[in-house]
Amino acid sequence: MGFLPFVKLGLVANGIIFGSVIALGAIGLTLVYGILKLGNFAHGDYMAFGAYVAFYIVDGLLPRAGIEGAGLGPFTFGFPVLIALPLSAIVVALGAIALDLLIYRRLRQRGASTAILMMASLGVAIAIRGLVQLIWSGDTQHYPRESRQVYHLPMDVRIPPDGLFVAIVAVILVAGVYMLLTYTKIGKAMRATSDNPSLALVTGINTKHVVWWTWGIGGALAAIAGVLLAVVQAQLLPIMGWKFLIPLFAAVILGGIGNPYGALIGALVVGVSMEVSTQWINPSYKPAVAFAIMIGVLLARPHGIFGDSQ
Amino acid sequence: MALLEASNVVAGYGETEILHGVSISVNKGEIVTIIGPNGCGKSTLMKAIVGLVRVRTGAVRFRGVDISRLEPEQTVRSGLCYVPQSDNIFPSMTTRENLEMGAFVRRDDFRHRIDEMFELFPDLKRSARMKAGRLSGGQRQMLAIARALMLDPVLLLLDEPSAGLAPGLIHTVFERIRGINETGVSLLLVEQNARESLRMSDRGYVLSGGDNQIEDSGPALLNNPEVGRLYLGG
Amino acid sequence: MDIGGVIDYLVGFAIMAMIYAIFTLGLNVHWGFTGLFNIGIAGFFALGAYTAALLTSPPPDPEQFEDFVFGGNLAHHDVLAWGIDAWFFLGIAAAAAVCGLVALIIGSITLRLNDDYLSIATLGIAESVRLFFLNEKWAANGSKGLYRIPKFLGDLIPAENYDYLYIVVVLIVLLILFVAVQRAARSPWGRVLRAIREDEVTTAASGKNVSHFKLQSFVFGAMIMGVGGALFAHHVRFLSPLTFDPLLATFVIWAMLMVGGSGNNLGAVLGAFVVWGVWAGTQFLPGVFSDPSFRLLMIGVLIVTIMLLRPGGLLGEWRRIVARRPAPAAGRDATGAD
Repeated sequence: MGFLPFVKLGLVANGIIFGSVIALGAIGLTLVYGILKLGNFAHGDYMAFGAYVAFYIVDGLLPRAGIEGAGLGPFTFGFPVLIALPLSAIVVALGAIALDLLIYRRLRQRGASTAILMMASLGVAIAIRGLVQLIWSGDTQHYPRESRQVYHLPMDVRIPPDGLFVAIVAVILVAGVYMLLTYTKIGKAMRATSDNPSLALVTGINTKHVVWWTWGIGGALAAIAGVLLAVVQAQLLPIMGWKFLIPLFAAVILGGIGNPYGALIGALVVGVSMEVSTQWINPSYKPAVAFAIMIGVLLARPHGIFGDSQ
Repeated sequence: MALLEASNVVAGYGETEILHGVSISVNKGEIVTIIGPNGCGKSTLMKAIVGLVRVRTGAVRFRGVDISRLEPEQTVRSGLCYVPQSDNIFPSMTTRENLEMGAFVRRDDFRHRIDEMFELFPDLKRSARMKAGRLSGGQRQMLAIARALMLDPVLLLLDEPSAGLAPGLIHTVFERIRGINETGVSLLLVEQNARESLRMSDRGYVLSGGDNQIEDSGPALLNNPEVGRLYLGG
Repeated sequence: MDIGGVIDYLVGFAIMAMIYAIFTLGLNVHWGFTGLFNIGIAGFFALGAYTAALLTSPPPDPEQFEDFVFGGNLAHHDVLAWGIDAWFFLGIAAAAAVCGLVALIIGSITLRLNDDYLSIATLGIAESVRLFFLNEKWAANGSKGLYRIPKFLGDLIPAENYDYLYIVVVLIVLLILFVAVQRAARSPWGRVLRAIREDEVTTAASGKNVSHFKLQSFVFGAMIMGVGGALFAHHVRFLSPLTFDPLLATFVIWAMLMVGGSGNNLGAVLGAFVVWGVWAGTQFLPGVFSDPSFRLLMIGVLIVTIMLLRPGGLLGEWRRIVARRPAPAAGRDATGAD
């Protein structure tokens, strides 16, 4: 590669894998942010909850039906994870909608400020984490796994097969979201509501449905992102979601709030930067790198890399 | 019976009351203009009629039905469409998508209606695939009006359609509004550009300080020396 | 436990409650006065505590396997003692200054844009500060922590009774800060902040530079938190990055303000005592009630419930409670909450 010859390509590849997990979370977060004007501090914990729901399915539910396994093909995880992935997405999607009906809808109807909405989401975040710890304890867990060889590519690039799986799932889902937003009536209505909520209201757009779809999609993507994160990190921890908030928000702000395509690019930029930074600095600083990118963007282009720099 | 009848509407934001009991009416086929100084509550009245601002007391009847408690979405379904003064398009969506959104509550095939809009506003046809945020000020205003017309409304509420437009364009916009009226759509306008707006209006109202001041026919208001001195710039 | 033991325990409890009350006052300046959403209190907590500790602690002792490079050792300079251990106040001032400076930098970048950015940035500050002290062993001994933090006026009183002296110190600092915050709230400056919280657009339209006022409020609140961190450092006299986890260094403080009532300084202090009392009291309960996960869940539920039912906090804003009586039918919220 001619450009940046000093950057290790393997780190770039890891960054893309990590970035695609961020992307799944960030797309949901930016949709909720744009459409409901809510910076959802519980989004990371929706992810963690999704990962744990899948863990319960894989570890508790399916074995009772005699379905068990690890080491499916080249992957460390087994077939049960593939079953748990959509189920967990549905559970979290419904949960996100239920929380809206229970909490956020009431606040919106009262005309509560964004700060109050965000405060409530912080409460939700804390409560979810407490619940996860209460049910599954604060200890490290993992999906049943068998170790696998990594793929060796030229130029010293090594990719774990799990990483490939994560990237492929992310690509499929991102394409699905793109189709939905571009070609379906509800998807266009979501974009319209994000663009201009009060105009959407007087245009006759059924904002109630838009809200449900937004939480449904955001919740489902978050759950899948959580499962994939647990797969690539080979562990589950209750705090995994809260720790993920900084890269998530960095990606959203980078791409411009409410812009799902921007969030995708932002996520890849953040993911690759975080991984590549480990070439020079201590890997545990990765969240700080995401934070630094976010501050840098706010200084240079306050409305995101694609927004107007007003 | 009047098409739209707002009687003794009291409304406002938070703890401030803006409208202290305003009454207006629009008859079928009419163009009615509301004029008045800045901050007199013209825009608030529009928003109260469509349901964006809650009506505290008083009634808004549209085709005989009280709509003052309806959500904007339901008001739109009943055939009353509204174009806000600013931020009246979806900037990140294309012109065509904006029109599609205008037809959101329609369940039939509305493609012919889009074509009709393109005929009415040829500029929009040329920019059908362009992001609405990149349109010029005049084109945006046309798009905003076309979006509201997608539902074949009985009554169209326009909040300052000429705001921020170049003088040449203002004339075109008013031409179009007159054309829309000729197709049978009744119109309620709020206008800063009072002189030109009143000239084509059947009737007009002068609002001041959140209260009705004067109601008269368009030409009569134009010739009223007091109105001329206070609101039409001499 | 004998009576003396109970009293010792209560004094220890009161010291922590008052230190928390200082943080709650700082948070009240942010959220209660101005509506700024700081979810990274732990960052300022840690910055304040480490600043004071590093300035006053003796230099590292290689025989104790201490790796860090700097110990200000202010406590051992007689010049700075003057018989009243003046170094203690220097440490507090430095803690406030460092927190204020960080708040100034981050606030000036984010506040001119969007309030939401500030809250995300506070999260970033907290995480970055934690990572810094965890990884940079040279700065403050990493995860092994600092444990030779000096006592203020430690020579005056035997070690086992030291808390009886320190409680007076904390009380005095709390009172000073309380009066300062109270005066600030009632000043024209405080009125502008309230106006911003209630209606930013109108306040801006009346010619006030809204983001300047917000920045001042953010810096002021952060400095108070720095003082709280410094007092904490000299109380527990052991600091490690693990001390400042979000639960005990951010979320509990939010619960305190929510219970006490945002905008209400007296409520903020009371909230600190009530929540810390419940927190400390429940650890003796059997079963799930003393489970930290259950408490975490309850704090979350508490915050959501208060947002839904009484966004102004359980005690509410003092001014509003007084004002509510003559006008009971001000709206749905007022009737539903009473």
